[in-house]
Amino acid sequence: MKDNGYISKRKFMEELSRYRKGSVSRRHFLGVTGLGTATLVLGTAVPGLRPRPARADSHIGDRVVLATWPNYHDTANFDMFTDATGAFVQVNVFGSNEEMLAKLQAGGSGWDVFVPTNYTITTYVSEDLIEPLDVSKLQSYDAKAFEPRFSDAGTVDGTLYAVPKNWGTTGFAVNTAHDGGKALTSWKDFFDRTTDDFSGRTMVHDYQLTTIGNALKYFGYSFNSVNEAELAEAERLLIEVKPHLFAISSDYQPAMRSGDAWLTMCWTGDGKQLNSDIPEIEYVLGREGGEIWSDYYAIPKGAPHREAAYALINHMLDPQVNAREVQAHGYPVADANTNALLPEEILNDPILYPAQELLDALEFGAAATLTDPNRAELLARFKSA
Amino acid sequence: MTRSERNWLLVAPAAAWFVVMLVLPLSVIFVFSFGERGPAGGYVPAFTLEQYANLPARFTAFKNTMILAPVGTIAAMLIAYPLAYQLAVRTDPKWKTILLVLVIVPFWTSILIRSYAWIFILGGRGLPALLEMVGIEGVRLIYTPFAVLIGIIYGYLPLMVFPIYVSLDRLDKRLLEASADLGAKPLRTFLTVTLPLSIPGVATGCMLVFILLMGEFLIPALLGGGKVFFVGNALVDLFLQSRNWAFGSAVAFTLIVIMLVTVTVYMRVIARLQSGRDDVSIM
Repeated sequence: MKDNGYISKRKFMEELSRYRKGSVSRRHFLGVTGLGTATLVLGTAVPGLRPRPARADSHIGDRVVLATWPNYHDTANFDMFTDATGAFVQVNVFGSNEEMLAKLQAGGSGWDVFVPTNYTITTYVSEDLIEPLDVSKLQSYDAKAFEPRFSDAGTVDGTLYAVPKNWGTTGFAVNTAHDGGKALTSWKDFFDRTTDDFSGRTMVHDYQLTTIGNALKYFGYSFNSVNEAELAEAERLLIEVKPHLFAISSDYQPAMRSGDAWLTMCWTGDGKQLNSDIPEIEYVLGREGGEIWSDYYAIPKGAPHREAAYALINHMLDPQVNAREVQAHGYPVADANTNALLPEEILNDPILYPAQELLDALEFGAAATLTDPNRAELLARFKSA
Repeated sequence: MTRSERNWLLVAPAAAWFVVMLVLPLSVIFVFSFGERGPAGGYVPAFTLEQYANLPARFTAFKNTMILAPVGTIAAMLIAYPLAYQLAVRTDPKWKTILLVLVIVPFWTSILIRSYAWIFILGGRGLPALLEMVGIEGVRLIYTPFAVLIGIIYGYLPLMVFPIYVSLDRLDKRLLEASADLGAKPLRTFLTVTLPLSIPGVATGCMLVFILLMGEFLIPALLGGGKVFFVGNALVDLFLQSRNWAFGSAVAFTLIVIMLVTVTVYMRVIARLQSGRDDVSIM
């Protein structure tokens, strides 16, 4: 393996995207970026990565199944995990927390690790679907290094069930080449312009929390409202814009990239990824507010490869690994140890870290929205309307 | 062992299969459809007609299914018939096997992947871009009912081709000669001899495709962009997102009833068309 010494961040990201698109081999990628060498060095320096041949095969098994969100990982980190432990990371991608909950409720999901959002964890605990975490198996997890508002939802009644992955916001991404010089700044703009100059080009999430929540923000109601009259107004708005939508899907990057869609509800990292590759796609937080969230790693009850689950979470929380994750997917972390390794330009990126007055208007999702029958039925009705 | 005991023994495996795989699940669906959604989703026992009263909320999904399933079936039949005719009647026997295999080849890949490919073909950089080059602008294909229809025809075509092929292949060629000898023009021979004798294949193909289409969810989910909903999509949503098993069961049971009625009427009609020629049955 040839070590080229220095590699610029830009070049690294280019190589990474070439690797992810499959244009170059993993060997080329590791060689040209120096990651191969880094892996070798890390492999001996980081306890969690030290090869444990006897353990690797006998203990953690040959695979670990991860249920997560779209565009949310650096696959090179999974490869590193596989190299170090012998366990292959099988990734299942979901579009909403409801979908995850439904799978776990039905049983037999086969997952070892899943990535629930802050507001769902109490429900998983009360439904007895989530495993309490044994911190002694998570040496990389330094609880004190995390900002409490992004980590405290992982603890329910004094028991730790989940450790923070990333946090972020839910805004929208807009292709400014098509906005006719009139910038979109609010959820009111988002829905009004969808019926106007963005007709047939807008996407909304296939997700009750954000699609209903942002429609509620249009009227200035709480993102988390379960008030029937307010929900009825949100539903009228959604039904009215439906004929103007391009699609209802949480996987909106392909359509935004191909130019089929111009406007979409969007999470921080997708906004960052789109904006890095196509600068005219901008990430906007609605002036009225919207969602701020924190995702967690957790282990479902009955995980078939529990040891591998702990090993994977431990690997992902390693600040070195986590820092590469952030650089690949563009979602901020609340971990001071990881942030210490990140370049200044990421820590000052307005997409990852929006202005305070925009952040102040945001709300964390509320547990009630997950179980509220009216919100669930509203979204299902909207989709089949 | 008496004769009737032996008969029972022979029937037992099939009967057990029916009870376990058909009667039990259907009973569960039926019972659940009178229940209620649990506090965090799922099902709690109850006796209420509320779920059935809520059915109009899925009217569009039923409407889409009831329109696109028959339209897709008929379109697939119209495309499959000439193909099957060519294969069965006109093709040199030594090519038949190869051509038949070519019809099956798409089945070697998952329908998921084949439908996914259509996302790119129908997307803005696919067919619409080609049409733009010849001056037809602003064509929107992906995530429309038309895209779903194309996906359906593409996906189900082989299922339609085979039954029609078999009925045309078995057709006694001497009848065609006799018809020609008696002075019938090719068109008349086709209409009065070939077509009526191939009706059983057409009927079987239509039934196969129609029944599967009524429960379809994958193609609308991929090519309808979450906007063109079939009952199947509404069901997936109710069980896998909003977790309303009770309402989901009511929707599922209603779909089963609609299917039973449609298929019964269809079989009656076919049987009437066949009357006078009881040597051929439809299945």
